Amino acid sequence: MLEIKDLKASIGGTEILRGLSLSANAGEVHAIMGPNGSGKSTLAQVIAGHEDYEVTAGSVTFKGENLLELAPEERAREGIFLGFQYPVEIAGVNNAYLLKAAVNAKRKHQGLGEIDAFEFLKLAKEKMALLGMDQKFLHRGVNEGFSGGEKKRNEILQMAMLEPCLAILDETDSGLDIDALRAVAEGVNSLRSPDRAIILVTHYQRLLDYIEPDHVHVLSDGRIARSGDKSLALALEEKGYDWIREAANE
Amino acid sequence: MASETENIENLVNRRYEHGFVTDIATDTMPPGLDEDVVRAISARKKEPEFMLEWRLRAYRQWREMQEPEWAHVHYPPIDFESISYYAAPKSDEDRPKSLDEVDPKLLETYDKLGIPLHERARLAGVAVDAVFDSVSVATTFKEKLSEAGVIFCPFSEAVLKHPELVQKYLGSVVPQRDNFYAALNSAVFSDGSFVYIPKGVRCPMELSTYFRINAANTGQFERTLIIADEGSHVSYLEGCTAPMRDENQLHAAVVELVALGDAEIKYSTVQNWYPGDENGKGGIYNFVTKRGDCRGANSKISWTQVETGSAITWKYPSCILRGDNSVGEFYSVAVTNNFQQADTGTKMIHIGRNTSSTIVSKGISAGHAQQAYRGLVRVMPQASGARNHTQCDSLLIGKECGAHTFPYMEIKNPSAKVEHEATTSKISADQLFYCRQRGISEEDAVNMIVNGFCKEVFKELPMEFAVEAQALLSVSLEGAVG
Repeated sequence: MLEIKDLKASIGGTEILRGLSLSANAGEVHAIMGPNGSGKSTLAQVIAGHEDYEVTAGSVTFKGENLLELAPEERAREGIFLGFQYPVEIAGVNNAYLLKAAVNAKRKHQGLGEIDAFEFLKLAKEKMALLGMDQKFLHRGVNEGFSGGEKKRNEILQMAMLEPCLAILDETDSGLDIDALRAVAEGVNSLRSPDRAIILVTHYQRLLDYIEPDHVHVLSDGRIARSGDKSLALALEEKGYDWIREAANE
Repeated sequence: MASETENIENLVNRRYEHGFVTDIATDTMPPGLDEDVVRAISARKKEPEFMLEWRLRAYRQWREMQEPEWAHVHYPPIDFESISYYAAPKSDEDRPKSLDEVDPKLLETYDKLGIPLHERARLAGVAVDAVFDSVSVATTFKEKLSEAGVIFCPFSEAVLKHPELVQKYLGSVVPQRDNFYAALNSAVFSDGSFVYIPKGVRCPMELSTYFRINAANTGQFERTLIIADEGSHVSYLEGCTAPMRDENQLHAAVVELVALGDAEIKYSTVQNWYPGDENGKGGIYNFVTKRGDCRGANSKISWTQVETGSAITWKYPSCILRGDNSVGEFYSVAVTNNFQQADTGTKMIHIGRNTSSTIVSKGISAGHAQQAYRGLVRVMPQASGARNHTQCDSLLIGKECGAHTFPYMEIKNPSAKVEHEATTSKISADQLFYCRQRGISEEDAVNMIVNGFCKEVFKELPMEFAVEAQALLSVSLEGAVG
């Protein structure tokens, strides 16, 4: 589904990704771990198409197509979803309105008509119940005055409604208390499917107790320093990131 | 001069002789303004003596006045001698024969606004019906209105048919010498609307009219007077579009509203005049005086405006809260893009006891546009128990635009409660990326955010206007980002 080869990307002239390669198939859950500044979030932003980042070398193909040629909204409509580390507040714009606009943008791209208003509400309420979200969030401004945990749940709600092929969740666990973490993890687990790939970007092992990854990659200095199964995450927890760095430098 | 007047009379007569489709294409006055021009305008309209005298008084006062310069807008000096002060309808030969002959860009805009086909032809000046520049359109629902006793007619008709009402109320809210442009308008106003709602009558329909500017180089001077007699109720909608023009056109309208005891007037405007091109060339100068007088106890006047057009907008729809317990409201969305300038706001003058006013102003600036909110809340010494709430929000799109707020408060009664809230926000790159990552295009994202910002005002608009206003905003902000 996603094929990244020798990707180099920089922001403001500083190179962050330095020849990163990664492939993820449908049905897989990948965890990308690494110390601060290793390029985890940059990778997520580059896949989503953030224009502040300049891709200087390498390729990214998604479902066999050159992803780098597409505008962010086109990538989204093709089925790429980024759960933001810091979801932005949009005052005055109704949460339900944004959600519906996003669903309809994707449906239009697929040649489908707009979703029926009642069907939309029914679906949204179902998904919210699953995430333990109060329905009043539908009618508040997008992330406006939401707590950290509420914002993250809202991201997962959007993901559940948009049913992406590839979901990248950037530090979805950060700032969550244990109950919120559990709810978010349950939400993600319920979205695991044979035709969907999920990439979890995380600093800590903790999230992986709840969402069990098929593959774990450790990022260091803009490259994947080591890949393995979930035991790699446990080893990291025990030995720390320096262990990887030292191994990479050997 | 006498012969010229005669000529004019002939022209006017000829027009009635042959109906609407007479050849009167040349019936535009030469540029310049003097007493003779004022007399000629009055003569063309066959006005009674009182009207001519009124105009002449205004003209003489205007001559003594100075063009004001305090507004936060900049433009080259206007040469009042180069403006023609009266343009009669263009002949059909000069008009496009069908929509096929109309500038496709203009049609595209109509399309985006969702304007019905039959209205497009009218707005684009196609010779299909009796739509004239400076001459009001005969309104359709006349019968239904007259059943209710409502008078809704062109101002010029009211002068002839209801002189007693015109004489009693004209200039009673905006005096001739109120300001430079009001005086000019009083001297040369071409036409406009007149509305009278009798005692206790709830107007059976929303009154709407479209004003447009058609002839190049013709100043447009509309005069509107709405009187709501005791216990009556009326909602009036004003909407405007203008074709693309290269020269700046001066528009100086006057709107007067009078609400007697227990009466209510709701006045809604969607203004979409040509703002000039993306380099700031062309566009309409819109210098308007709009004022409502809550003359009776428990009366209410509500202004709602969505301003997206004009190169320069300079207007302050205001309320004089004279009657006890009277209520004044001002809801405004002003959008300025490219090189547009707007200095707009309101004045709430509290005179009666327990009067209250609400001001909600939403300003959106994009491109190189400059926008100022200017509001005055004045509580007179006798106005005990006065209340005002002002909310004034600005939204900036891009880095080159500006928003300025000038709130004035003059509180002379200690019992007054006056609140003012103001915010300035920006559409951030992060917000746009967030929306785009959800599959929403940048333009749709901007519209969504802007509409969210404006919804408090939009909900005050009549339904069909609210829809049009939203469409208008997206057209106005096209290309504002990216």
